[in-house]
Amino acid sequence: MDGDVSALGQLSGWLGHALDPLCGPVGIFSFVPPDSIVSCGGQGWGDDIAAGLKVTLSLALATLPVGIVLGFLIALAMQSRERSLQAAAGIYTTIFRGLPELLTLFIVYYGAQIAIQSLLAAFGYQERFEINAFFAGMIALSVVFSSYCSEVLLSAFKAIPKGQYEAGDALGLGRTQTLLLIIVPQLIRIALPGLVNLWMNLLKDTALVSIIGLADILRQTGVAAKVSKQAFFFYVLACLLYLALALLSSIVLGFVERWTRRAEVRR
Amino acid sequence: MSFSEAFIEARPAPPLERRAISRSALAGYFSLGVWTLLALSLVYLVVTGWDPAKFAKYGPRYLSGVWVTFTLVTVSIVGGAILSLPVAFARMSKSRLLNTISFTYVYIFRGTPLLAQLYLIYYGIGSFRPQLEAVGLWWFFRDAWYCGFLSLTLNTAAYQAEILRGAIESVPRGQREGARSLGIPERIAFWKIILPQALIVALRPYGNEIILMIKGSAVVAVVTVLDIMGETRYTFSRTFDYQAYLWAAIFYLAIVETLRHVWAWLERRLTRHLKR
Repeated sequence: MDGDVSALGQLSGWLGHALDPLCGPVGIFSFVPPDSIVSCGGQGWGDDIAAGLKVTLSLALATLPVGIVLGFLIALAMQSRERSLQAAAGIYTTIFRGLPELLTLFIVYYGAQIAIQSLLAAFGYQERFEINAFFAGMIALSVVFSSYCSEVLLSAFKAIPKGQYEAGDALGLGRTQTLLLIIVPQLIRIALPGLVNLWMNLLKDTALVSIIGLADILRQTGVAAKVSKQAFFFYVLACLLYLALALLSSIVLGFVERWTRRAEVRR
Repeated sequence: MSFSEAFIEARPAPPLERRAISRSALAGYFSLGVWTLLALSLVYLVVTGWDPAKFAKYGPRYLSGVWVTFTLVTVSIVGGAILSLPVAFARMSKSRLLNTISFTYVYIFRGTPLLAQLYLIYYGIGSFRPQLEAVGLWWFFRDAWYCGFLSLTLNTAAYQAEILRGAIESVPRGQREGARSLGIPERIAFWKIILPQALIVALRPYGNEIILMIKGSAVVAVVTVLDIMGETRYTFSRTFDYQAYLWAAIFYLAIVETLRHVWAWLERRLTRHLKR
């Protein structure tokens, strides 16, 4: 069993290396001379920046499902007939769409730290506690993402005619089944362009976690810029990496969007 | 086949089934309860941690931070609006070259984080000190406020150009053709017919853009501009008092909510002739 796990780990590690666009066997930085500042060895910053790229991507990919599920629940709450549920969801979206993302990040980061510390103190522990920057960033970004996502999903909900729900009733489906089998497939199609926009924003917002010390693209290029005194070069490189991510996601999501529309009439 | 043989007397409706409490109501009361608890604990935090000395020391700093945020955002929005005009018209022009240049500009500034743009301008361009001194621009790139202003302006210009382009292109072709058939010159048709209709379409996205700028301007705190966020970080680094962030949240929420309501009122007022 242990052997299996380590083999899996090795496989994923090897895959991660082979598909690494910066420092992998076919990575961009593997072709620069080994004494350049972006090479992948000990001298260059290539490997550090490649690690930063992985952190940025994994943070965005970890935030996405949490944000979408949370946003879906909030959209459900906002269109529910129950007034108290509507009010609670309204407070949530008003607060987190009104606060700057940076402030939300600080509030989550320091707030969770202080809350856990005082909780520990209540039980008699007096140790300093530091919350994981990745986790704090994920929570803060999911909260922001979900409050925007709920608006996108809510307007998509409103675009679905009432007859679809009635059809579900007529077929004898329960409320959950109607939602999952009839409404959600249409909802995805309608909401996808809005969600693509939110994903692009999420990719850009991940840059903020560099401020609380997570080693993402911007943090790593910043360190490289400070040490090597080539600030302009490294920040241009950071911008290019973000642009490449945006370009790549717009291509991939373009395919997905076309795929969701495959049933529609071609005009 | 069955049928009733006797006439069924009219009966009162069955009593309404009283459900004790539905699941959604339960969830609603629970989440409202969580919000109330959170609000109460924040009030408790503020009341127990109230320190008049701190208030006297840091209160005025917050107000100056609000002023810095306000001026920075206003100047950048206006600068961005001016810069967005040539970009938007280049985007709509028939020239392939102008089109490519403006598209690249918009794509770059919308595709990269504002924070990276700010670093690029403040640290990146700032690293060319001798060259900047030679051309007499060092005073500009030395100052964090100017760098924040430049990056916010360039960023919002890209977004505003897209808003403007979308709005102008949303005006139906027939409006332009109608103006031409009435013999109205192109320029006058643009100012008197196309633009007023376009700006009504653009009103809501412009409001959103201003709100996004107010929120986005918080990142300039990272390069030592003392806006609301900057003063908050300063206060927190001196006092380690969590209230610093709560006050910043109150200020930002108040500004954004006020603006949102003012904008909604403005929109209702300006589009009242379109109501049916």
